[in-house]
Amino acid sequence: MSTARPKTLFDKIWEPHVVVEEGSQSLIYIDLHLIHEVTSPQAFEALRLAGRKVRRPDLTFATMDHNVPTDNPFDVRDPIAAKQIQTLADNCRQFGIPLADLNSCDQGIVHVIGPELGLTQPGKTIVCGDSHTSTHGAFGALAFGIGTSEVEHVLATQCLWQVRPKTLNVRLNGRIPAGVTAKDIILAVIGRYGVDFGTGYVIEFSGEAVRSLSMEGRMTMCNMAIEAGARAGLVAPDEKTFAYLQGRPYAPQGADFDRAVEAWKQLCTDEGAEFDKVIELDVADLEPQVTWGTNPGMCLGVNDVVPSPDSFTSPVARQAAEQALAYMGLTPGTRLTDVSVQHVFIGSCTNARIEDLRLAAAVAKGRRVAPGVRALVVPGSKRVKEQAEAEGLHEVFRAAGFEWREPGCSMCLAMNPDFVPAGERCASTSNRNFEGRQGKGARTHLVSPAMAAAAAIAGHFVDVREFLDGSPSPLATGSNTGGAGNGAARPA
Amino acid sequence: MEPLVRHEGKTAFLDRVNVDTDQIIPKQFLKRIERSGFGQFLFYDWRYLDDGSPNPEFALNHPDYAGASILVARDNFGCGSSREHAAWALADYGIRVILAPSFADIFYNNCFKNGLLPVVLASETIQHLFTVGAGHPYSLTVDLEKQRVELPDGTSYPFDIDPQRKHKLLNGLDDVGLTLQHEAAIADYEQRRSKAAVG
Ligand code: SF4
Repeated sequence: MSTARPKTLFDKIWEPHVVVEEGSQSLIYIDLHLIHEVTSPQAFEALRLAGRKVRRPDLTFATMDHNVPTDNPFDVRDPIAAKQIQTLADNCRQFGIPLADLNSCDQGIVHVIGPELGLTQPGKTIVCGDSHTSTHGAFGALAFGIGTSEVEHVLATQCLWQVRPKTLNVRLNGRIPAGVTAKDIILAVIGRYGVDFGTGYVIEFSGEAVRSLSMEGRMTMCNMAIEAGARAGLVAPDEKTFAYLQGRPYAPQGADFDRAVEAWKQLCTDEGAEFDKVIELDVADLEPQVTWGTNPGMCLGVNDVVPSPDSFTSPVARQAAEQALAYMGLTPGTRLTDVSVQHVFIGSCTNARIEDLRLAAAVAKGRRVAPGVRALVVPGSKRVKEQAEAEGLHEVFRAAGFEWREPGCSMCLAMNPDFVPAGERCASTSNRNFEGRQGKGARTHLVSPAMAAAAAIAGHFVDVREFLDGSPSPLATGSNTGGAGNGAARPA
Repeated sequence: MEPLVRHEGKTAFLDRVNVDTDQIIPKQFLKRIERSGFGQFLFYDWRYLDDGSPNPEFALNHPDYAGASILVARDNFGCGSSREHAAWALADYGIRVILAPSFADIFYNNCFKNGLLPVVLASETIQHLFTVGAGHPYSLTVDLEKQRVELPDGTSYPFDIDPQRKHKLLNGLDDVGLTLQHEAAIADYEQRRSKAAVG
């Protein structure tokens, strides 16, 4: 009997959240507001100055992550960082906001704890003063990053003015090859279509490849939607989503959960619904990716060579490539597998969940980090750390010569004591390889957790599939145990 | 917030695509808990050499651009992190208008909250401004009321802007105050939703 126009997943979340419309702007109700120490102090200060209160402390949740030292979280030596952490605690107390502080077993990177606590749920609108809020879209929530003035606005009104974004469907077809992960796929998509193909859009990721990804993989993919310029990434919820959420502390429980699942099942794009733009990619032939430049779109398959600026047709792209190569200290024609690394960082809201650590541990198991390489594993949250330790992954990493750290953003943005010295090179599982991101003059190459672990062992980039070849399963130990870290065969 | 109606100012040119907010304000300066005082750190890693002296190679250090309040930039300006500190730093430095072929979303939004006007012009127009401006920096007038960028030689380029954003910037209006005028609608919405959730 319904003759309603078919809707996209985005429409189905957006429309019930519109409180008021004024011209092109809609006032959207926010179901969950996540905050952290770096982008909130000025917002609280403005509230206080205006004599305003937090409208819905019960829909707000705070954690500490960006500044937290990961060797000893309680030893914040930087006085200004300590002040931000203290300011957040004071603000949460004053305004009655729940906070996962450094003593809490819930503490961790904001985009890791939202899902694992079950705060993140399908159909919700979620914002946070951090661009990688797009991560939560993996659950079919409309989630995006906001600036500090908007943080203030949401605190005061629980709403946000938005211009309705356009919709973009990224369809990923085909089977994901062994050794290739969600990280490689999203890097390859950005590599092909550029760092701004998503600007003005909300991306819905769909297709066989997306369905086959775990929740962790979908989070990695949505996490990096912002690196394509998109406001948000979305994946329609399915049985995997429901199974992930069941029993989480803030998820509905019992009969409420069953009712919620029935509602969540409606959150999919209807047959015949139209997107403003569609792009399609077959993932069956993808290789593990490595970035060579200073934005995530500057990436190639691991078996490629560093490109020549002349290979870019537009003068602007050519100039950008020249600048990137100069910064990265790379010569065109060099094989990526010949590029050596001094640092390896396995962590961040992109790739520090349990599955990521399992994949990295599978590569590290029974091997040794190459001499001269400093390799860090930083779990995304206390819960991830606990789970990993219960599985013995920390022992695997330690035995291989990796440092096992406390949760936090760590070397993803180096606002804490973890950074890469100028001119040195890091294989990193984070999301941004911008100039100076991991420290002034630091050279960042983005890779998947398995590729990062493989680079740590080899001392240079290496096709992780060589570590997996001949093994009955990716979790099997390779043959080159012990040794001085040169066990990985170089491509012939 | 200071209203912006018609702004005349000197231009500075930054010839790079994908300028990200990590460059606009590097993270070591994000630890302050105030909104002010970020201008001194704008483009820090590009602007200063390791010894702390100004980098003569960096565009904004060019004597011709001293005191500029209009920045002409390239595609995808302000990509990356959501840090509003980028807008604070630009505003604190004295920039009021940024002209570029495209902007990253969050940065674009943040500009309006801080009295900064980001103007999207066609790539060819921006290229023209760069060509004319090379070696001859000049003043421009940006008329928000009429939605026009005016060159000294009399040519002018129209631009689009969302009417609500224009209204707020023209009048220097505070967003939160305006939204609170919708208090009844918000409260009503909350009631409907909580009924639906319980039901
Ligand atoms: S891990 Fe990195 S990208 Fe993620 S929230 Fe922390 S700083 Fe931001």
